[in-house]
Amino acid sequence: MPTIKVPPVLRPQTGGEGEVSVGGATVGAALEALAERYPGTRSQLFSPEGELNRYVNIYLNDEDVRVLEGLETGAADSDTVVILPAMAGGSSGSVL
Amino acid sequence: MESGTLSLEEIQKRIEQLSPEQALEEIKAANGDLVLLDIREPHEHAEAHLEGDVLVPPVEVAERIDELAPDTSQRLILYCRSGARSARAANLLQEQFGYDNVANVEGGILAWQEAGLPVDEAEGLTSEQRERYSRHTMLPEFGVEGQVKLLNSKVLLLGAGGLGSPTALYLAAAGVGTLGLVDDDVVDESNLQRQVIHTTDRVGEPKTESARKSIEALNPDVEVIEHRTRLSAENVLEIIKDYDVIVDGADNFPTRYLLNDASVRLRKPVVSASILAFDGQISTFVPFEGPCYRCLYPTPPPAELAPSCGEAGVLGVMAGVLGLLQANEVIKLVAGIGEPLIGRLLLYDSLGTRFTELKVRRDPNCPVCGPNAEEIPQSEMGKFPDYEAFCAR
Repeated sequence: MPTIKVPPVLRPQTGGEGEVSVGGATVGAALEALAERYPGTRSQLFSPEGELNRYVNIYLNDEDVRVLEGLETGAADSDTVVILPAMAGGSSGSVL
Repeated sequence: MESGTLSLEEIQKRIEQLSPEQALEEIKAANGDLVLLDIREPHEHAEAHLEGDVLVPPVEVAERIDELAPDTSQRLILYCRSGARSARAANLLQEQFGYDNVANVEGGILAWQEAGLPVDEAEGLTSEQRERYSRHTMLPEFGVEGQVKLLNSKVLLLGAGGLGSPTALYLAAAGVGTLGLVDDDVVDESNLQRQVIHTTDRVGEPKTESARKSIEALNPDVEVIEHRTRLSAENVLEIIKDYDVIVDGADNFPTRYLLNDASVRLRKPVVSASILAFDGQISTFVPFEGPCYRCLYPTPPPAELAPSCGEAGVLGVMAGVLGLLQANEVIKLVAGIGEPLIGRLLLYDSLGTRFTELKVRRDPNCPVCGPNAEEIPQSEMGKFPDYEAFCAR
């Protein structure tokens, strides 16, 4: 079962779990399994049409699935799927 | 008696000692027919040395003398900083290697310089700077050359807060010549848990002013330019245009996209980091050499997935860890050494103490740096069709 790394912003939806092992032979199937287990993650990962949201980056190990086969990319048991959110926390509350 | 057990005084009696003036006269008259050896370390040699010498650090003398002077009757003049190391080396060559025409410059290059005799000096470093930055200049990969580049560099920090504090302090200590600070906020008590450039007695002061005081106290070589303003589409190009590297520690997405668009336009490298709770990310964006921020994140997340540190909290040391990784990237970019985080995103999980590296590629469809990108008007920089909707402030 591939391991999914859950970013901090999604952990409230996974009961605080940062790493979750799920079934699925592809990246898409693994994410679908995550959304099945933790329904709160679904709307943050997928659009109402079931597409991956554009602001969510998914990596298989260290490679962006956009340059692989997207959600169809095969995921072996030893693979890690990283959900990468953009983060903006930083230096100051009012540089803009 | 073994020469290694002799006192310096005894050694100095055994060898021929030349005053700097005598040595210079002989070197000129010899017209190349003598070997002048600098018995110091490479970083000392790089700072200032005698013309026409050969650098031979003390530990290499025995090994290299054959190659440098195959004939043991060859005239050798040795010097070092104060005359001590070279005296020992001269004695070694005389007693153990059979060189019979060896002299030492009494008082070394210090006495030489005091006498006002000419030396080849590294350009751009004063004697105070040579002392202050000696731990940099002794690094072979960095050297005097790297230090001079830092002193001549101009680095802009976006935010004088969490990330900006450690970045600014270390870049100032490292001798970055000009540090620009963009921030229009004032120091708040809740900042002090991580914004280490500010102090308790400066609560209420403008952050750029407080930061400038700390920087100037640390290193008077650094010129601080305060930009007490908010970055906007109207002023971004004007503010960043004179800087060599920009450090992005902004805490909101609109500023990050705005800076990205402007820096790609002006081809300025950006070292970008963010921190939240126990996690941090950092990458270096060099326009057209690697991906830009929009290649990595084509669209910002909705507000509920983009909390700020004020809403979600942040472990104070995260600012230090990521801020110093940013400073490290800046120094590498300026000095032209090492392998910057171009095309790589480094994630840091402080609870697990784990680093993860992800590949970031240029997006062929990137609206800003892609091959088909059209130049956008300045007023449109940093914007999205649903600009207001995603603002996470």
